[in-house]
Amino acid sequence: MTTSDNNGRIAIEVEELWKVFSNGDSGEQGEGSEEEIVAVQDVSLQVKDGEVFVVMGLSGSGKSTLIRCLLRLIEPTSGRIWINNEEVTGLNREELTQFRRERAAMVFQHYGLLPHRNVLDNISFGLKLQGVGREERTRRSLEMVERVGLSGFESYFPAQLSGGMQQRVGIARALANDPPILLMDEPFSGLDPLIRREMQDELLALQEQVNKTIFFVTHDLDEAMRLGDRMAVMKDGGVVQMGTYEEVVENPANEYVAKFVENGR
Amino acid sequence: MHVADFINSAVDWLLVTFSGFFNGLSAAILKLLMGINSVLFAIPWWGYILLVLVGAWFTTKKAGTAVSLAVLPIFIGMFGLWDRALDTFSVIFTAVIISIFLGIPFGVLMAESKMAEKIIRPLLDTMQTMPSFVYLIPAVMIFSLGKVSAVLATIIYSLPPIVRLTNLGLNQVSAQTEEAALAYGTTRWQLLKEVRLPLAVPSILTGINQTTMMALAMVVIASMIGGGGLGDEVLRAINRIDVGLGFEAGISVVILAIIIDRLTQGLAKRWEPPLDTTS
Ligand SMILES: Nc1ncnc2c1ncn2[C@@H]1O[C@H](COP(=O)(O)OP(=O)(O)OP(=O)(O)O)[C@@H](O)[C@H]1O
Ligand SMILES: [Mg+2]
Repeated sequence: MTTSDNNGRIAIEVEELWKVFSNGDSGEQGEGSEEEIVAVQDVSLQVKDGEVFVVMGLSGSGKSTLIRCLLRLIEPTSGRIWINNEEVTGLNREELTQFRRERAAMVFQHYGLLPHRNVLDNISFGLKLQGVGREERTRRSLEMVERVGLSGFESYFPAQLSGGMQQRVGIARALANDPPILLMDEPFSGLDPLIRREMQDELLALQEQVNKTIFFVTHDLDEAMRLGDRMAVMKDGGVVQMGTYEEVVENPANEYVAKFVENGR
Repeated sequence: MHVADFINSAVDWLLVTFSGFFNGLSAAILKLLMGINSVLFAIPWWGYILLVLVGAWFTTKKAGTAVSLAVLPIFIGMFGLWDRALDTFSVIFTAVIISIFLGIPFGVLMAESKMAEKIIRPLLDTMQTMPSFVYLIPAVMIFSLGKVSAVLATIIYSLPPIVRLTNLGLNQVSAQTEEAALAYGTTRWQLLKEVRLPLAVPSILTGINQTTMMALAMVVIASMIGGGGLGDEVLRAINRIDVGLGFEAGISVVILAIIIDRLTQGLAKRWEPPLDTTS
């Protein structure tokens, strides 16, 4: 657990956020007709500056939808979002693009690397979009390569790397941008337990150095305990309990949470 | 009831109204064709052997394939059809270049706009199901008999694959890859230029390969409207019932086809980026 709390400033604030998927806007021909799925249901939460905030919940509980709404990769149906005093939900297209370049970076479960670019060019992708010149880009990316322990692999392509190494590239790409906020959607779920543990330790060590605000999605209680300062438990799109790990484990709000944290006691 | 009269007068009107445009277009195509033709004729026969050898080695990395491909053009020379083959090659080359310049933007347009896709797709379907002879008619109507008409008919016939495969390549890019690029702040244009187009290159190259093969198939037919080249020899053989000549001309076309196919296919393979990371 990291020590946090830089004077308790709020970094991320979500207010009464809803996301309802209707078959029409999912983009694919859905099964059935006129079906509506409530993926995020009236979620309000606050994340403090420098905090590692973990969102937990079973598959389909709306975690990914929630974290994507923060960058408006999925457009919320209603509700408001502020990130570092900027109202994300009020940005126009250009402002949103700029916001994504500078204010927050995301790490994906499926890594989301660009298959046609090597490690170094993947890491510098965000910097390129920011308009940073080539030399500066290379310098900062090389620094990140070293920081995530990938020295010597700069010219490898994603397909030539193991899952753990690919995710290091994903993390390095996010860190290279040096945004105040990191969004991580089950970044370690695809990795086997040993590597996973190692990556968690590395993330904690990195967090010691960089001290970002991290919004971390997982469905693994152990991971939530090791990484999180506070956590929110989601069920069917809604937050059913919020608090520190101890609060949640000692005092589960209901049956669902109790079941979820059963083996954490 | 016939619509033929109506169509004839519509075409007449078109030709009169846009005669300046069609003349300019005809002149431009002819200029390109002649330019390519003179370049092709400036290269000595052994230059082609060398080009095929090096090209095949570069794209396939197999010495056996490279040597056997490089030997093939010699047969065309032995048949005495070398100049005819170069004429044919000029028409194909011109048509393919124009097809690429038209086809890739249309493929991109289809991928970017649902509306464009709705309009272009049925057009492509029609173009591909229409018997190839039909394309000779508008070509002749606009440009009368000659090489330019042959190029135009060849373009119409060979355009669909490059459009389709450009579109396919762009749409094949995984949603996860696109999402990640968007999350880092790409504009729509940057997404296209930095992510989707580079990932579509193998598919686009396959499209170029198929377009070239279609052009080759059409070029024989186009000799009926003055395309010249090997197609002329085939026609002459049919008229004279000269099986021997028909055989030689036919084999020459096949040789051209094999060489062009192997080289462009090899190029497409070489370009394949390391496998997709998301599976
Ligand atoms: N694009 C979409 N169109 C329609 N429904 C969607 C879409 N994306 C998600 N959903 C639905 O929204 C609900 C929440 O999905 P979400 O992916 O947010 O869950 P999750 O908690 O991240 O699950 P997991 O742990 O499996 O990743 C699910 O019922 C899902 O089917
Ligand atoms: Mg998810």
